[in-house]
Amino acid sequence: MLRYTAKQLLYMAATLLVVSFLVFALNELTPIDVARKLLGPYATQDQVDTLYKQMGLDRSLLARYGEYLGNALRGDFGVSILYSRPVAEVLWDRLGNTLLLAAICFAVIVPFSVLLGVIAGMRERSFIDRAVSVFASVCASIPEFALGVFLLAIFVVELGILPGISPLSTSGGWPIWSQFVLPVAVVTLYDGGYLISMIRTSMVEVMRQPFIRTATLKGMPFSDVVVKHALRNALVTPFTVILLQLNYLVSGLVVVEMVFAYPGFGRMMLEAALNKDIALIEAGALCAVSVTMLTQIVGDFGYMALDPRIRV
Amino acid sequence: MSEMGRSIPGGPPSGAVAAKPERRAKGKTVARRIWLASRQSPIATIGGIIVAFWIACALFAPWIAPYPPNKLDALLIAYPYPSAQHWLGVDNLGRDILSRIIWGARTVLTVAPVAVLGAASLGIVLGLLAGYRGGWIDALIMRIGDTLLAFPRIILYLIIIARFGASALNIILVITFTAAPIIARIVRGVTLDVRNRDYVSAARMRGESTFYIMFAEILPNARGPLTVDLFLRLGYTTVTIGALGFLGVGLPPPDPDWGGMVKETYGMIFIWPHMTLFPAAAISSLVIGFNFLATGLQEMKRDV
Repeated sequence: MLRYTAKQLLYMAATLLVVSFLVFALNELTPIDVARKLLGPYATQDQVDTLYKQMGLDRSLLARYGEYLGNALRGDFGVSILYSRPVAEVLWDRLGNTLLLAAICFAVIVPFSVLLGVIAGMRERSFIDRAVSVFASVCASIPEFALGVFLLAIFVVELGILPGISPLSTSGGWPIWSQFVLPVAVVTLYDGGYLISMIRTSMVEVMRQPFIRTATLKGMPFSDVVVKHALRNALVTPFTVILLQLNYLVSGLVVVEMVFAYPGFGRMMLEAALNKDIALIEAGALCAVSVTMLTQIVGDFGYMALDPRIRV
Repeated sequence: MSEMGRSIPGGPPSGAVAAKPERRAKGKTVARRIWLASRQSPIATIGGIIVAFWIACALFAPWIAPYPPNKLDALLIAYPYPSAQHWLGVDNLGRDILSRIIWGARTVLTVAPVAVLGAASLGIVLGLLAGYRGGWIDALIMRIGDTLLAFPRIILYLIIIARFGASALNIILVITFTAAPIIARIVRGVTLDVRNRDYVSAARMRGESTFYIMFAEILPNARGPLTVDLFLRLGYTTVTIGALGFLGVGLPPPDPDWGGMVKETYGMIFIWPHMTLFPAAAISSLVIGFNFLATGLQEMKRDV
């Protein structure tokens, strides 16, 4: 168990190293752009060249990467040219906001999709199953920006009961909590649609098992069969998928953050990418990959806790 | 559909095992096969109709679109709402929304299938190699795939598109490389499952080439899961193309692209909601079509 964890952490460190080098190399193949970007379009070529030398950009890629890595290990990821602040500061700010949104979404999505998935899957091909399946399939099919636009048109433009943007400040006259309603609704419907179908499929498979038939035939009430026998078994397979959603919730919310002008991690990455803010992109990419790999490790442990037959 | 499966939950599985790819009955025309399939799964039929509708729009765009898609007419902005001349109204630059949606179908239905085909070809070759050869080739391919998958998809797009710029080719390449590891994993799983079956050993003994064994003996076994995955992937890819367009890193303007159309008019949703809602509805319906097709195929596979 301990060895397994150690191995996974080691593997994670190796992947992070590879990723950091790839992103670094990808962005710094043409470092002359960095100096030009910093000085703006009206700087003379001489000025650009001087800054280029001052920043040490004329050294080899490996030398620069070594320096970057050394600084990064000490927690210094450089300065964001877009925000003119240390990268670490910007990153923590934005990551904090995104984690808040992700946590609320996760707390809503899981009960929502487990409930609907189980209700649909416990009686395969019943009317409820059909209705929930179609609902889930449609929700999972509508792109987040389209879903955002539809909800916006109804609740903001038509009814006027919710704010259209969520900048996390009260200057617009809307309380903070109300700014979470629409983003959370979009994420819940889109992501929940996918989870519901996963949980439904798993539930359907469990309900076909012989032990369920035995329980039914020996006269056990249907609700007991579902709650006591089927539920736990039905959640084993979707469990990892549910955890993987954390991933999406932390770094996949770019679109939702853009729709509602939410100051989160994803929007920061988009702005960094559009403005070629390389230091910020690099640190953000490392951050996103770490989150992915950590959820995988946590997932493995949760898996073991849920199903005692699985051992690593 | 087995009637028994309904009465008792957990009754005899209604066709859980579909081990062999069923032989196609000879003499059935394509039309007849489609007819039979549509009777089997209403959801696949609905999906098929939606997708066919958009394919028709894409194919015949020059003939059915009432106006040129990029024709500006500033005068029309005085009354941009749907009217007899402009069924879905005009956008903020006075361009006919219906024509742009019809031409937009052509954009998305070119980029998405090409990207998915690219991902499928690459993924199939890598998956077959990894599963059949095993050893270090397998380890290498899967490790590279895992590293690619560790990147959140949209972040990877942003990094690459920020570096190389937004163009149809770059979008296709990015989707190819990010979806290929997933397809490779599916194919590898099937390959590992059948590589030691008798008919594969027999082919090896006959002296068939590795190439022949991989593509003619092993690959057909992956047809079922692959087909379902391809339709799902077409749906995801459509969403991705739309999302990139919405984020402003999609296909360059002015050619119509549904995500881009939403982005361009999004700021005016309070005054002219129709400009944003119609393209949003168009992309949603296409993805729903793809996903319904995939769901229907899954259902049919279970019932065979």
